[in-house]
Amino acid sequence: MEIPRHWRLKKQRYALVGEVCPHCDAKIFPPRDVCPECGDEAKTLFEFSGRGEVYSYTTLSNAPAGYQASAPYTVALVKLDEGPMVTAQLTDIGEQDVEIGMPVEMVTRKLRSEGDDDRGMLVYGYKFRPMELQQLAAAAD
Amino acid sequence: MTDVVIAGIGQTTVGEHWHLSLRELAYHAIEAARLDAGGLLPQSLFVGNMLAPNLSGQAHLGVLIADFAGLRGIEAYTVEAAGASGGAALRAGYLAIKSGFVDVVLVVGVEKLTDKVGPEVDTAIATSLDSDYEAVQGMTPLTQGAMLMRRYFHEYGVPQHALAGFPVTAHANGASNPNAMFRKAIKPELYARVGMVCDPLNMFDAAPEADGAAAVLLTRADLLPPDANHTPIRIAGSSVATDTLSLHDRPDPLDFRAARLSVGQACLQAGLAIDQMDFFELCDAYSVYAALTLEAAGFAERGLGWVLAEEGQIGLKGSIPISTMGGLKARGNPIGATGLYQVVEAVQQLRGVAGNNQIPEAKNALIQCLGGPASTAVTHVLTVL
Ligand SMILES: [Zn+2]
Repeated sequence: MEIPRHWRLKKQRYALVGEVCPHCDAKIFPPRDVCPECGDEAKTLFEFSGRGEVYSYTTLSNAPAGYQASAPYTVALVKLDEGPMVTAQLTDIGEQDVEIGMPVEMVTRKLRSEGDDDRGMLVYGYKFRPMELQQLAAAAD
Repeated sequence: MTDVVIAGIGQTTVGEHWHLSLRELAYHAIEAARLDAGGLLPQSLFVGNMLAPNLSGQAHLGVLIADFAGLRGIEAYTVEAAGASGGAALRAGYLAIKSGFVDVVLVVGVEKLTDKVGPEVDTAIATSLDSDYEAVQGMTPLTQGAMLMRRYFHEYGVPQHALAGFPVTAHANGASNPNAMFRKAIKPELYARVGMVCDPLNMFDAAPEADGAAAVLLTRADLLPPDANHTPIRIAGSSVATDTLSLHDRPDPLDFRAARLSVGQACLQAGLAIDQMDFFELCDAYSVYAALTLEAAGFAERGLGWVLAEEGQIGLKGSIPISTMGGLKARGNPIGATGLYQVVEAVQQLRGVAGNNQIPEAKNALIQCLGGPASTAVTHVLTVL
């Protein structure tokens, strides 16, 4: 089982907590303790807004073990408003077409189901969904 | 400085080898390479492999293969760098000879995928990604290829079907390679009609992963047997570079930085410019990777790698032939063995024994394998001694 591993990652997975560099103010996600911009130590926690836009995306049918229940699903590279990019599934897409540049926001969802292998356990974490028009307006204020 | 030369080459066909085990596959390639090298006895074995611990429940391949190949007692271990494992193992062998500590090295790349089927194989292959931040989201290498392809088309306004030339060329060349998985040319019109695997990436944009093994024997030029009947081939440049593991950590994901750096370093060491290369065995795991690699290496401007394919410049008679024996697309992609297949094929070209696929008077070869989307890039320059 991998429970300690997923427990260790819960701040990142549930709240999109990364880091901010105390030296150059770069925002960092996933956390990596060494600032990729200036190379100094960066361990100050920083909670991202969870808003961003789609950099690229694709839809996968042949899913790996543990992901077949949700296939086909759409994965994306999401450019966060604060700068960094994250890899995440898109959810709650409904009938709308996904496109590059589409504004999205973070939600917490089930990432993988229990599989039949011994690594199979439920994992929850961030996904992103399209932002509604009123949310966009609110975010702009 | 000591010249490191390739004294022998061997390979199995690439495909679904249901009847052969991991160790048997490796042994077939080793046996062929040793025969080709005329009796040189290796003191070290480096194994390029990615998936054996996962798909065959087998780690510790160095001793497994050395023992099975009748080489009990020699130094032996695995070098792993995902799809670049074979190139990285060659690099380890090169350094061993160059150091002066070892006279004869055996390098084998081997991959056995068909011991498992379906989703388990996809899960194993996805271990080349960042497990905590990419694979956990259900990402696989295929989705990386598809997302880069979509962004490539978006950012540079590339016309639809512009990448067709890559699989068409690979399949044309694979048709006359007896070791290729696919030996049938495809018509360009077909590219526009085949099904999507991972939109916008279609069936012809993705190389098939399969079983295979390839091996080379390395030694110093002065140790070549006097009766050796092959043109000796020298490793003139060798370089490994890394980028971020994840695509999301890169300032510009369409810049294959590690591919660029390792080509630059290998060419600098060889004292050759890229326009002196007679051909380029590159990583066409996905069509867009071939385009991005040609751009990173300097054969095309950013966003214009696809034009080389469209204009036929990557064909056997073009300005920079690639995938001359079928590439990953048609020869097949035995992941950790791929880097060694590239070397074996380049040596065939430089010896002048590439048959229908021969590039006339080829003297200088550029070879590059990639782990992930150029997260690791291993580049070698081979020249006729
Ligand atoms: Zn900093």
